[in-house]
Amino acid sequence: MRIALFATCIVDAMYPATARATVKILERLGHEVVFPSGQACCGQMHVNSGYLKEAVPVIANHVAAFDAEDYDVAVAPSGSCVASVKHQHPMVARSCGDTALEERATAVGAKVYELSELLVDVLGITDAGGQLGSYFPHRVTYHPSCHGMRLLRLGDRQAQLLGSVVGIELAELPEADQCCGFGGTFSMKNADVSSAMLKDKTAKIIATGATLCAGGDASCLMHIGGGLSRQGSDVTTLHLAEILASTVEEPASVTGDIRVSTRKATR
Amino acid sequence: MSTFLGMPSLPVYGTGNLHASESFPKAAHRELGNAQLRVNLGHATHTIRDKRIQVISELPDWEHLRDTGSAIKEAVMARLPELLEQFEENFTSRGGVIHWARDAGEANAIVAGLIRETGETEVVKIKSMATQEIGLNEYLEGQGISAFETDLAELIVQLDHDKPSHILVPAIHKNRTEIRDIFLREMPSVDPKLTDDPAVLAAAARAHLRRKFLTARVAVSGANFALADSGTLAVVESEGNGRMCLTLPETLITVMGVEKLLPTWQDLEVFMQLLPPSSTGERMNPYTSLWTGVTEGDGPQTVHLVLLDNGRSAALADEMGRSALHCIRCSACMNVCPVYERTGGHAYGSTYPGPIGAILSPLMTGIQAEENNSLPYASSLCGACYDACPVKINIPDILVHLRSLDVDSKRGKKKIPTQMDAGMKAASWALSSGKRLGLLEKGLPLGRLATGPAKKITKLPGIAAGWTQSRDIPAPPPQSFRTWWAKEHRRPKIDAAPAPSPEKEDQR
Repeated sequence: MRIALFATCIVDAMYPATARATVKILERLGHEVVFPSGQACCGQMHVNSGYLKEAVPVIANHVAAFDAEDYDVAVAPSGSCVASVKHQHPMVARSCGDTALEERATAVGAKVYELSELLVDVLGITDAGGQLGSYFPHRVTYHPSCHGMRLLRLGDRQAQLLGSVVGIELAELPEADQCCGFGGTFSMKNADVSSAMLKDKTAKIIATGATLCAGGDASCLMHIGGGLSRQGSDVTTLHLAEILASTVEEPASVTGDIRVSTRKATR
Repeated sequence: MSTFLGMPSLPVYGTGNLHASESFPKAAHRELGNAQLRVNLGHATHTIRDKRIQVISELPDWEHLRDTGSAIKEAVMARLPELLEQFEENFTSRGGVIHWARDAGEANAIVAGLIRETGETEVVKIKSMATQEIGLNEYLEGQGISAFETDLAELIVQLDHDKPSHILVPAIHKNRTEIRDIFLREMPSVDPKLTDDPAVLAAAARAHLRRKFLTARVAVSGANFALADSGTLAVVESEGNGRMCLTLPETLITVMGVEKLLPTWQDLEVFMQLLPPSSTGERMNPYTSLWTGVTEGDGPQTVHLVLLDNGRSAALADEMGRSALHCIRCSACMNVCPVYERTGGHAYGSTYPGPIGAILSPLMTGIQAEENNSLPYASSLCGACYDACPVKINIPDILVHLRSLDVDSKRGKKKIPTQMDAGMKAASWALSSGKRLGLLEKGLPLGRLATGPAKKITKLPGIAAGWTQSRDIPAPPPQSFRTWWAKEHRRPKIDAAPAPSPEKEDQR
């Protein structure tokens, strides 16, 4: 299968290891990965902040970039960005009266999957250890991000994949379905409420005794990881893709400076 | 009679207690500082939340019920004028009197006039959002009329000269010790040895209220539903105090928003299954009272209904936002909202707090209403409210829509663009081209250098300071994915999946 990678802007610029891990997983399964070079961002930040006019060129660019590429399906290591492409792009195009863009955006949106969705529903992966060779000998807890959970209805796909990694010890996160408080510009516009939500989330993560908190959205993980770092915790965050890409031969590092906490090697 | 001069100019915005008096972030900051409030709210919302989930899990057709409820409401909004006229005809033919009120001021004046006609100066009240919305109690007080709330929680709030903070549990922000203190301070002839045992507190309230019920000759109520095909009104409640108000007095005055209509009796079947589980987490509520006009020799012999617009037409005129009028005031959205759970209802300013308030208030007042334009931003867009809503109001989408109305309403009006405006414009330029983003990403090593040996950013200026008040930012990686990919794919690959060396892999 020819799979187009939608890296998402935050992963591209801040967490390239997550995109590399996504490529690694797909190539390990024998698929060809392409990276439409015109891609930049889904425009969700603009849409969710009310700047629809400013979102239109961002959306148009995404649609053009993926329209120009020849591929079977597209994948992104983010539930939130996939939900934006599928749901917001046609909506914004419609609200500004651009029917042609709406049609093209709908077609592009129909071909994109969140990583766990692609792995489970399209590629039939149910046993990450057996089928991907995933190996990650750490105690891990897991936060299901809101948009993957409620907009894409990912259900337990991400947790199931994580649970099937060899060596992993999955610690259940109490009230996992509660938002971490990120919400894009909400974290700045309503910083006090966002911080109060984050504090409750990090306290629950720390109480699980896990080495790190895994998830499927780099933005939420940056938020949670940034909070853990500020509180002086040794617990870090790591994207699901990097855990799935981790093998006995090439284990993922859990202490890279990208994840903020630089305190000590936990491996 | 007045001469018809064409359509009234739309929209007519709502007045009364729909306006926040300070911005949400400012109010939230204050409320977050109240540790007791956080404890009370956390406990109360979690209890109702768990009960709701339990009761709904017993209903195999829950999703079907939600779809049906949503479809009925959509149909009502599509033919509201026609249904209102049908209702008016049926209500009037059965002995009721209809009054139309464009806004809070008109509604208050009508109710006060009707009470004055009876010669009474005291009325008993059933818990009602519509009368909170128009500020009826305060208005009546100014007219020399005392209105006594008879719902236990509303009574607590009224005795404390406070404001409700939740639409179903108005005193959710108070615990039982605080309630005992209010009773001791404000309730005439209360036992000075009153304890904070809930049963004792309820008994004290019952004794206090019984005196009012037996003497009151006028009652004021709201309504949960109005059935167009029969002219029937319905009140759904838990305590039975509403039933007392609806049956004992001689005159009954109901104030109801025009959106509460349902086309037929049969539609009630759907909503009586949706409302109790969503609001109190009960399979069925204890008291449902229905009345159709006047019944000779039984109950109130004079029955009025004030049909209230107060910004509902304005909300209806907003194609994206109009489904906010589907709301049946169950409060499920606020019980599951992580923002409401932490700030409480007072932070929203308006009578309608929580996620529904964050859309309903600005829709009814117009987004330009000062401070109400901060309400659509009072959400992380987590979507828990949409999942909980029994009539499937897509609150997150409407929040985003209202944010865009807010941004657009300010375009070209500011001499200096805000940091947010400037940032969004710059980001739009940078993020609408892979080339431009790629060029900017070439600067990542510089940002990395700037973070110093700690490899993290702990303080940012301007609006970004909101982020660094409680979170660090990691140092940027030495190169973007885009750069790595370009390097990897410059020459044809020999191995489909080259295994990078460990140093290279760690070079994040």
